[in-house]
Amino acid sequence: MFYRETGQFKTSYAADMQIFPIRQDRIALWVVLAFAFIGIPLLDGLQVWPFGGEYMLRAILIPFLILSLAAIGLNILTGYCGQLSLGSGAFMAIGAYSAYKFGTGVDISFGLFDLSIPPLSVLPSILLGGLMAAIIGILFGIPSLRIKGLYLAVATLAAQFFFDWVFIRVKWFTNYTSSGSVVAPDLNFFGYVVNAPIERYLLCLVFVTIFALLAKNLVRGNIGRQWMATRDMDIAAELMGIRPLYAKLSAFAISSFIMGVAGALWAFVYLGAWEPLAFSIDRSFQILFMVIIGGLGSILGSFLGAAFILVLPIALDQVPHALGMPISVETVSLLVFVITGALICWLLIVEPRGFARLWLTGKEKLRLWPYPY
Amino acid sequence: MRKLTLALTALALGATGMTAPAMAQNEQFLPSLVYRTGPYAPNGIPFANGVADYWTMLNERDGGINGVKIVAEECETGYATDKGVECYERLKGKGPTGAGYFSPLSTGITFALTEKVPGDKIPLLTMGYGRSESRNGAVFPWNFVAVGSYWTAADVAIQHIAKELGGADKLKGKKISLVYHDSPYGKEPIAALEQRAKVNGFTFKAIPVTHPGVEQKSQWLAIRQDRPDYVLLWGWGVMNSTSIKEAAAVGYPRDKVIGVWWSGAEPDVTPAGDQSTGYKALMLQHGAGKFKVHADLEKFVISKNKTATKDDFAQVLYNRGLLNSMLGTEAIRTAMKKFGNKPMTGEQVRWGFENLDLTAARIKELGFEGMVSPIKLSCADHQGADVARVQQWDGKAWKVISDYYKADRSILDPMVKDASAKYAAEKKITARDCSKES
Repeated sequence: MFYRETGQFKTSYAADMQIFPIRQDRIALWVVLAFAFIGIPLLDGLQVWPFGGEYMLRAILIPFLILSLAAIGLNILTGYCGQLSLGSGAFMAIGAYSAYKFGTGVDISFGLFDLSIPPLSVLPSILLGGLMAAIIGILFGIPSLRIKGLYLAVATLAAQFFFDWVFIRVKWFTNYTSSGSVVAPDLNFFGYVVNAPIERYLLCLVFVTIFALLAKNLVRGNIGRQWMATRDMDIAAELMGIRPLYAKLSAFAISSFIMGVAGALWAFVYLGAWEPLAFSIDRSFQILFMVIIGGLGSILGSFLGAAFILVLPIALDQVPHALGMPISVETVSLLVFVITGALICWLLIVEPRGFARLWLTGKEKLRLWPYPY
Repeated sequence: MRKLTLALTALALGATGMTAPAMAQNEQFLPSLVYRTGPYAPNGIPFANGVADYWTMLNERDGGINGVKIVAEECETGYATDKGVECYERLKGKGPTGAGYFSPLSTGITFALTEKVPGDKIPLLTMGYGRSESRNGAVFPWNFVAVGSYWTAADVAIQHIAKELGGADKLKGKKISLVYHDSPYGKEPIAALEQRAKVNGFTFKAIPVTHPGVEQKSQWLAIRQDRPDYVLLWGWGVMNSTSIKEAAAVGYPRDKVIGVWWSGAEPDVTPAGDQSTGYKALMLQHGAGKFKVHADLEKFVISKNKTATKDDFAQVLYNRGLLNSMLGTEAIRTAMKKFGNKPMTGEQVRWGFENLDLTAARIKELGFEGMVSPIKLSCADHQGADVARVQQWDGKAWKVISDYYKADRSILDPMVKDASAKYAAEKKITARDCSKES
């Protein structure tokens, strides 16, 4: 009844080509954005539960936003371009460590000449971190021109293990700290130091909003169609004039760039101090699961998947204590594993195409409501 | 559908009500980051039990600390840094005054929390682990690496080797290898050992083992080829027993293997059975066994069935948990002397830590005589002690085989100074002037 595009006539090409062609979707997007940008800071300022304490922002929303960004990155590669990757953790790590190096100054001696970059401020460091991840992403994307599917997953797995090793072993990346753990520089944006949880949250939100809109736009344009054609049938795509080299490598580059930025944010904004274990193979799997559960080939799905994989275990973990049940933490954490696992199985049986598909089904139903046929 | 919605709403409302239970005003909230699951659980469980039991005993025997009841809550970290950070955020604001102090029992979590505690004003008690340079309280006001750091441990281990060889001059030309957990935890001692290698002229080699440490065949084969005179072991959890088994498999004598104090507990040696006999490990001053405090624990906690402890009672890591809680609660007691007998804030507990002075008489009173020697913390010295002993596993129990060694501060102090100055420069921290602190 309410969700119907009847009467919304498109009178110009611009109107026809909007990101969200249905007015209700646009309104919903604005409401969500307004809530995220204005509502949450307001609720935080007024100390309204659950946004009052720092817990909601620091332990739930910030990691949720950053991991959503990483999931968007992987979704471009795996969901839209169909290139299975297990190297997300590595690309995040490259972003984090490059941003760290750029943030603390780079000095490389090539014998004949020295490359010396003074410490950059945070914003260029993070973006350059993303750029480095994009370059490495292209390098590790080259095998994708020859191999597909699970074999490509193994090649990206090699990237994961290689960079785990590099950041543990090559002390240059950690500025020769004795423990191998590095500390992020201050989040100094044009003289303003971002420190309070709400500021950190807004910082992540800005990054995520920009990249999500960018990704949403990319995937419905020329390049996105090339990715999807390659995903659906690469030979047919090639016959139609799509260059697989360009399509696949651009997917690797953009996806790695976004994951690199997400990695830099994870290290700088969320953790503050980190070690290579923060970007281990577990992180790669976590992000892959987010994409699969959320829905391959859907930007919204990346957010839903991140919420499910990240927030659900944390919420389940707190239920027994909140209800005053005397269960030991040991039992609770095992129960969380069991319940989350069971839910994932159930979800994949009921809807193998993830939350995004469920969302679409819901939208279809809503269109016909209250007179379904 | 409507019923479901109603039920969900009711549940949500119920949950809202539950999350803010009425907190009595006279309660001290103490959080506990534990790992009772995962690859490090065998070592995490006894420590967590010791920590919890000491608090329970104070509540049962004395009604808390000076009449302020302790309310504790555990949060499972699984030894993962991001989970630890989430737990910290979850627990830091609970109770009338917030968390008193945190003890994460993980070097990785310690590094992450070191960046967060100055903002939240909560002290970190990292007894025998964490950042070695955080001994310098002028730069690290919130970190308390009390009783011993990894650099102290490395130094003491070398001193013990020197003694076994018959003098520090005998170290010259010897080969000492370090098998370490490839994480900040395992890497910490390397700087101190390299420094010692320079001073004493032995060849030092560091051999990493990937987390969680169940796969170390190649490392021990390399040791068999290299034949070092001694092997130092910096492992945790399942890595320790695996190392001992692999040492046995390549025929490396176990009595030439010396573990750090985190590699010297019962769960580390019992899985390897007879192969562990002869293995040595440092002691964070205390060892296993029952002391005076254990009688009270049996009377007030164990007999009343208010504990999760089973066979781990009075084991090495259980006792370390007791010691950890004792230091924390004594710091709170010290703070109460200044601020009054009410729940302390993190900031007040920090003052308590910095002015903590455990004399021999007080330690005896607390029932810890024989477990720990007197310790005094101050603004400039957040470690307070430099001594450790060595113990050996005889197949059934740990036997103390050495007297107290004192770490050589003339070697370690400059390292602490350099590392903390580097940290201060990186974070743009102006060090406090400890001569002006009250």
